[in-house]
Amino acid sequence: MAHITLRNVRKHFGRKHVLNGIDLEVGKGRSLVVIGGSGTGKSVMLKCILGILQPDSGEILVGGENVVGLKGTARDEYLARFGMLFQGSALFDSLTVWENVAFGLIQGRGLARSTAKDTAIEKLAQVGLTSDVGNLYPAELSGGMQKRVALARAIAADPEIIFFDEPTTGLDPIMADVINNLIVDCVKRLGATTISITHDMASARKIADDIAMIYKGEIIWRGEANKVNSSGNAHVDQFIHGRAEGPIQMDVLKL
Amino acid sequence: MNPLALLGRIVLDFLAETGRIALFARDGLIQGLAPRYYVSQFLLQFWRIGYTSLPVVALTSFFTGGALALQIYQGSSAVTASTLVPNIVVLGICRELGPVLAGLMVSGRVGAAVAAELGTMRVTEQIDALVTLSTNPFKYLVGPRILASIISLPLLVAIGDTIGVFGGYVVGTRSLNLNAFAYINNTVDFLQTSDVISGLIKAAVFGFIIALMGCYHGFHSKGGAQGVGRATTNAVVSSAILILAANFLLTTLLFGN
Repeated sequence: MAHITLRNVRKHFGRKHVLNGIDLEVGKGRSLVVIGGSGTGKSVMLKCILGILQPDSGEILVGGENVVGLKGTARDEYLARFGMLFQGSALFDSLTVWENVAFGLIQGRGLARSTAKDTAIEKLAQVGLTSDVGNLYPAELSGGMQKRVALARAIAADPEIIFFDEPTTGLDPIMADVINNLIVDCVKRLGATTISITHDMASARKIADDIAMIYKGEIIWRGEANKVNSSGNAHVDQFIHGRAEGPIQMDVLKL
Repeated sequence: MNPLALLGRIVLDFLAETGRIALFARDGLIQGLAPRYYVSQFLLQFWRIGYTSLPVVALTSFFTGGALALQIYQGSSAVTASTLVPNIVVLGICRELGPVLAGLMVSGRVGAAVAAELGTMRVTEQIDALVTLSTNPFKYLVGPRILASIISLPLLVAIGDTIGVFGGYVVGTRSLNLNAFAYINNTVDFLQTSDVISGLIKAAVFGFIIALMGCYHGFHSKGGAQGVGRATTNAVVSSAILILAANFLLTTLLFGN
């Protein structure tokens, strides 16, 4: 049975229809990468699954249970199963690095600070950061290091599901590959189910078991990662080869 | 555009915003002030909102008390000045000027800081990150700020009232040559407990308004640096206007008969 299932999920903001009936399934322990251009509804989809945004209609099932509109402790327990790596890292700048990593353990799960600190240091080591980095503030770190700290924070509570929102955006190609490797390692170690959204094809090929392409708020293709080159879908071909010409037309002013 | 349509749009936008603020206030109170409590967050905010606002409120009150004494002296005769100056200074400070000026000063300091901080947290997705780390932002961010502000403002105003009266006393006795002993006697005799209490009730309401507007505009800021700037301005302007409006309403309620 699929771990995460979306059925006909729709969401609009004002007159703009962002999700036009998303259907998607992710198997337990699988890594799905959702590719698609900017503004095609990738982030909105993740936020709907997390309940940060409420879908207008449709079903979202996690572990077979409908999770749309959860409230109170049910919602808290539901969210405790997730970890998320945000696009801009979203580290709390008023807290030190280790406090960031331990945040979910201390505030969310009520662990003692000393225990949580040990776990945080251990998770920082998993992403290749030494314990003395733990006492710095996020603003003192480079973008790549911030990403690593954010990854450590996302995996700190050993979540069963992890979301990666453009994990390599804004990094140089080498650091991007380091992050990709860390993601693959961490996910394997945890056995977590993951959904990543990206428009970086190198990253997608590296971390995906399955790839799905979203276009105008719909999933227009999905398949195993190694089949993406022979998808037979003109939209997918255009996207993975990064061509300006093709069925996907950008709203660019023609001179 | 048709002017009637424009008017309609403005009215609808205003009502929608009022509704959103009311819903936010409900969430802030119900979720924010119910367990679980983040004591360290509350203490931090209490220190930031209350303690660090003390110099600003103290200076404002002192100079207002002094200026008030000068003006009242101008308007009274040599015979009545010795009673009118202390009486009106203490009444004006405790009932109106103390809470209103403290409210306005704190809204400029704290309301702006809260809106900028939460606004930055919003646009950098830190508020969403809180949610994914099993932490309710209303309990972690909004609740402690509202509570700290509601408690801080009356304390600030109590101190500000004292300093304001002292400002009047200093000007009255040093520059207007009023008798120091009589000044204090007139102040104490004339002042009633209800005058102070009513001012402190106002202060608590203003504290709620400041924290609510700061949190609301911060939470709903969007679009990067410009959005955060706009949120900060909106927080200060809206809380200042609401403080003055609420002051009028509370004066009517508390002293109406």
